[in-house]
Amino acid sequence: MKNKQNLSMLLGIVLTSILAIIFLLGSFFGTQDPFYINMANRLSSSSAHHLLGTDHMGRDIFARIVYGAKLTIGLGLLIILLAMCIGLPIGLLSGYIGGKVDAFFMRVIDGILAFPDFILAIAIAGILGPSLTNIVIAIVLVKWIVYARVVRGLVLEEKQKEFVLASRLSYSSTFHTIRLHIIPQIFSEIVVMAAIDIGKIILLISSFSYIGIGAQAPLPEWGAMLNEGRSFFQVHPSLMLYPGIAILLTVLCCNLLGDGLKGYFKTGKRRNLL
Amino acid sequence: MIGSRLSQLFIMIFVLSFLTFLLMKITPGDPIRSILKVDDVSVTTEKEEQLKKEYGFDEPILKQYGEWIINVVQFDLGESLISKKPVSELILERLPATLALAMGGLTVLFLISIPLGVVSALYENRWPDYISRWFALVGASIPSFWLGLLLMYFFSLKLQWLPMMGRGTFAHFVLPSFTLGIAMAPIYITLLRERLITILESPYIEAAKARGISKRRILFFHALRGSLIPLITMFGLSLGSLLGGLSVIEILFSWPGMGELIVQGVTQRDYPLIQGFIIVIGFLIVLTNLLVDLLYMVINPQVQQGKEARV
Repeated sequence: MKNKQNLSMLLGIVLTSILAIIFLLGSFFGTQDPFYINMANRLSSSSAHHLLGTDHMGRDIFARIVYGAKLTIGLGLLIILLAMCIGLPIGLLSGYIGGKVDAFFMRVIDGILAFPDFILAIAIAGILGPSLTNIVIAIVLVKWIVYARVVRGLVLEEKQKEFVLASRLSYSSTFHTIRLHIIPQIFSEIVVMAAIDIGKIILLISSFSYIGIGAQAPLPEWGAMLNEGRSFFQVHPSLMLYPGIAILLTVLCCNLLGDGLKGYFKTGKRRNLL
Repeated sequence: MIGSRLSQLFIMIFVLSFLTFLLMKITPGDPIRSILKVDDVSVTTEKEEQLKKEYGFDEPILKQYGEWIINVVQFDLGESLISKKPVSELILERLPATLALAMGGLTVLFLISIPLGVVSALYENRWPDYISRWFALVGASIPSFWLGLLLMYFFSLKLQWLPMMGRGTFAHFVLPSFTLGIAMAPIYITLLRERLITILESPYIEAAKARGISKRRILFFHALRGSLIPLITMFGLSLGSLLGGLSVIEILFSWPGMGELIVQGVTQRDYPLIQGFIIVIGFLIVLTNLLVDLLYMVINPQVQQGKEARV
């Protein structure tokens, strides 16, 4: 078990590094413009000039994948940060203070959580209108709830422990107790969750873009690229191959790292106990 | 129990519908203009005012919301802004196709995840375990629509075994069902594996072994039964994501289900349709959660006596 988890960590780090190197090299040394249309050279196969060939409008696929990487990974990180900024304080306070506030809050949250995030995001995106920004807002609105819920549960558990009681008995302020005694305890769980969630968010964004309510046409988001290439996939499967592989590998990295971190924190905790 | 589920339904639908209602009112986009655009008439102020009155958009928000809720209680979800048909009719028309596809996906899900989970637990840390864990890992990382595209490419385009899209014969079922089933399988494989490993080490399995009961019997009658409850819980929880995942797959395979309908509604900003969809999905989720509760009772009689199920 232990070996396997270290293996996920190792694989995750190796794969992430490889992808990072490719994307960084591509974005700093790539000479192709991801938006440059050249109808004379459409659907060409890979060459020294166009590493992965060109798409149905003669745009360089590699440049578009690299641009999409910046976009997708950046948005994934942004969404997770925003969701945590809203979810963590609310979950912390709700769990720590407890009482009626907590009860009311959890009722509402459970009601919303019973709803699938995808459908909720569709509904929000539908109301705000289909665009990449609105999808980001929609996913943040959906994701913070999960964080608030999980953090609250963890806080309830930690609150019962002796060191928290000791801190409260010694007249430490609420803020002080939460910062010093609760946050370090729940930190590892949240990091693991966030790592895996970034992968899920990337999948969500690309799915939304694929069905046409996320990133719109010229923007090289991976899902949107797949959507654009859809009608050519019979003749030129490479149009649908590369963006898909990019999504798969990126999400795989997140899952491997999340898995590895889980194992890392587990063994770390055990060491502390001994 | 039924009472608490029903109250959950009301709270959920009340909160969600009110939030969506509020959001619709404060967002900049204007449904009146999109109606006018569809009707292809030149946008004039009088026409806009007239339509606003017709749809009641000039009333205060709370009043509009109140009227909407009263209609919903009478199973009237309003009229689609675009096609002018009743929303309930539009959704009911699409419901059978979606449910059929969901059933197909669930069948594939069970056919994949139970064998893989069992094999993984029985051969822990040996090659069958590694294969099924890699399957779960990759399955959790692959975008479902891309998986569907790949399946389409190989089985419809290259091998020409199955039709590419549309609905009608049994063959049309196969690819979408497999896409859905494979996309959902990873959580179940992991859960079943972990649960089975714990159970196989527990005293009652040791006792059964000591009594000389065959391995196969222990697995199927003792261990698998014990791991059903968390699987059913997971099923109840992931039913929503099943419905969500369905809409992407429906669009990919041009499957005429609810998901396709709602995405159309979203791109055309057909508010009554979106709201009606939320209500129907909420209803479906509460209904299935109720079924899951009933299943618990059948499997674990302790629940019936009001005790918490040990999960």
